[in-house]
Amino acid sequence: MTDLAQSPVDAEHEDGSRRDFLMLTAGALGGIGAAIAIWPFIDSLNPARDTLALSSTEVDLTPIQVGQRLTVAWRGRPVFIDHRPPEEIKAAEDVDISTLRDPQKDSDRVKKPEWLVIVGVCTHLGCIPLGNKPGDDRGPYQGWFCPCHGSVYDTSGRIRQGPAPLNLAVPPYEFTSNTAIKIG
Amino acid sequence: MAAPPQGAHSSAQPSATGRNYGPLVRWIDYRLPFVASLEHHVTDYPTPINLNYWWNFGSLAGITLVIMIVTGIVLAMHYTPHADLAFDSVERIMRDVNYGWLLRYIHMNGGSMFFLIVYIHLFRGLYYGSYKYPRELLWILGVIILLLMIATAFMGYVLPWGQMSYWAATVITNLFSAVPVFGQDIVTLLWGGFTVGNPTLNRFYSLHYLLPFVIVAVVGLHLLALHQHGSNNPLGIDKRGPQDTIPFHPYYTIKDMFGLCVFLLVFAILVFYLPNMLSSADNYIPANPMVTPNHIVPEWYLLPYYAILRSITFDFLGIPGKLIGVVLSLGSIMLLFLVPWLDTSPVRSARFRPIYRWVAMLLPIDVIALGYVGSQPPAGFVVTLGQIATAYYYIHFLILLPLIGKIETPRPLPISISAAVLTEGH
Amino acid sequence: MAKALALALAAGLAFSGGFTGIARAQEEAPSPPSQQWSFNGVFGTYDRAALQRGFQVYKEVCASCHPVKHLAFRDLAEIGYSEDQVKGIAAQVQVTDGPNDSGEMFQRPGRPSDPIPGPFPNDQAARAANNGALPPDLSLITKAREGGPDYVYAIATGFRDAPAGFKMNEGMYFNEYFNGHQIKMPPPLSPDQVKYADGTPATVPQMAHDVVTFLSWAAEPTLEERHRIGFKVIFFLIVATGVFYAAKRKIWSRIH
Repeated sequence: MTDLAQSPVDAEHEDGSRRDFLMLTAGALGGIGAAIAIWPFIDSLNPARDTLALSSTEVDLTPIQVGQRLTVAWRGRPVFIDHRPPEEIKAAEDVDISTLRDPQKDSDRVKKPEWLVIVGVCTHLGCIPLGNKPGDDRGPYQGWFCPCHGSVYDTSGRIRQGPAPLNLAVPPYEFTSNTAIKIG
Repeated sequence: MAAPPQGAHSSAQPSATGRNYGPLVRWIDYRLPFVASLEHHVTDYPTPINLNYWWNFGSLAGITLVIMIVTGIVLAMHYTPHADLAFDSVERIMRDVNYGWLLRYIHMNGGSMFFLIVYIHLFRGLYYGSYKYPRELLWILGVIILLLMIATAFMGYVLPWGQMSYWAATVITNLFSAVPVFGQDIVTLLWGGFTVGNPTLNRFYSLHYLLPFVIVAVVGLHLLALHQHGSNNPLGIDKRGPQDTIPFHPYYTIKDMFGLCVFLLVFAILVFYLPNMLSSADNYIPANPMVTPNHIVPEWYLLPYYAILRSITFDFLGIPGKLIGVVLSLGSIMLLFLVPWLDTSPVRSARFRPIYRWVAMLLPIDVIALGYVGSQPPAGFVVTLGQIATAYYYIHFLILLPLIGKIETPRPLPISISAAVLTEGH
Repeated sequence: MAKALALALAAGLAFSGGFTGIARAQEEAPSPPSQQWSFNGVFGTYDRAALQRGFQVYKEVCASCHPVKHLAFRDLAEIGYSEDQVKGIAAQVQVTDGPNDSGEMFQRPGRPSDPIPGPFPNDQAARAANNGALPPDLSLITKAREGGPDYVYAIATGFRDAPAGFKMNEGMYFNEYFNGHQIKMPPPLSPDQVKYADGTPATVPQMAHDVVTFLSWAAEPTLEERHRIGFKVIFFLIVATGVFYAAKRKIWSRIH
């Protein structure tokens, strides 16, 4: 009768190992079950299948003439595609990269020199730089110019002047043929 | 950190219960007695030694409430509460959101399980007299929780904006037009328009998100009230001393965990293999205000109230039958508030009440009959059955409960819980 | 005690299952006969070959009137098509996009991410083309009808000549399993209507069976994953129930 008020700590030491194994198994099963059960809740926050279906954009490059620039949407943001003429390519390659804030060779930023594919979001605070539409101010390096705080990018999309810390990002992309790319 | 004033609690002493905790825990607990509270209300809480499995349903209800809230919050991240988009957003959850189908089916079937558990929990209370002194307020809080659950579930069912969502909302909100004089104005106020529509959907969404937290608060009060005097037990007699109780942990924690496993097993079979068994196929048709389904039926847990509502097919003393039906339907729940005073028996548990124990078992049968009536089109024999079952329901509470307590001779009660447990040879 | 509990739960579930079959009680039409479906039962799966044949039937027969708006082309990857095949299927269909920079809507070839476009731009156009009747969207049809796949199969194969003395209304067709027996849809299936790529003879029962399999998948594409996960969860819970029961007995043996 006095056992009834016994604290659980004392009781466990009596019947030792068999009870401990059972309790351990029970506890482990409970813990594993809880951990497995939580995963769907967390994973449901990840991008859904319809969002992922829009995670790549395919672009046909044939309509883009030499010297023309095109803006396409990719994952909700603009991507600048520049069919670079020889002057732009030369200006991009003839740069001493040690003078750059974010040193990068032009050849590391393109797969084919005449096609520059960069994310059109300024690395300062996220505005969309000008320069992709005809008539836009391209800034002193004939690349792109961000009107928000004056960041200046060159013909390789690298930061030259102004507050932005990094070059315009190069998205993951590949040539699916000579005249088409798939971004993302 | 300032040194504790003289005579203050020294960091070297073990807690009042003899357990040793680290310095951080002791620091917090001295200022906000979180662990001490847990020890008092859970770990060491004296609980009658003789509780049977009917006492598992309270903790199951609490756990189901948590499941509903967690799945609901995550579903709300993907649902769009607009009449033109709601149905499609639910389909997007089912098809595109990672594990969306699982969350939706858990939430949908969890609602059904919640009601099943709460109804069993309620009948346990009726059978064992858990509503009697000093637990009247505990019981009343429970009935309030039931009312809040019904409101929450009704509004939740409207959100997918299927045919049944729309038309159940129309039928039930239209009931308020039975209120004399102001009826139609009340209905227009509820709708936010001239029919159930987008304004209605949006406000139901807002309230459906809100009410579960109101339920949590009332559950908190329910548990506080419970802990004032502790749980009832199958014998219905008060505890006389520590020999009648055992600490809640580990005895009832492990028993509740076992009960949880059984519940989850049943729940899993529903969710993974029979997810649409309890719901109407019509709700997979987008809402169409121009087409009424052949049979408008609420979810199964509302069928008894629906049956009572429809059973009054005649006017009485100039009062429209529709109004009487609404009053009796709502009344069937409101009546529950009065049970502690309707029951005149000096004895709690039906185990010692030779007449009442059979009458008590008839009630669930009556309610199931009402549920069947509610599921069928109101024609022929079904109508008569509904009227008889409604009458019997009211007779049970208003006549049988007071009468039986007076005329019945209860069996002799055991001297104490522990004495009874010993003689039962556990 | 546990037995009483189980009985109560079983009774509750059985009754409530019966309650939801409400529509059958008063329908004039007979209950549809049970069919064999590859996805029935605890271990059921969707027969991939049937799904593809069914999609072909949908595309060539049903799609002229019935949309499946909740399906996207990319979903077809689940019924056995490769990424390139899905792109090809999508590209064959013209999809409305826009507005363009002139403010106009325009047509372009479909992409996998596009929802499968329906035959009509809106409900009114659908009614106008079908004598006032609105052909329902088929994405959920097997879940949206009492009797499920069996019912849809029965409708597809249930067209008969009206029995003697049965008054048919203008523009209606007699169907054995449709409530009231008069349906606005003309019999959709006739023998050899479709030439199956895998050479299966396209009898009416075969086409009906395949298209209903496809539509069942369309309504519930996650069924296989649900059954797979469910099996593991239930197995785990059975083990856990046993372990926790043993633990409960062990702890309670201190006072029994």
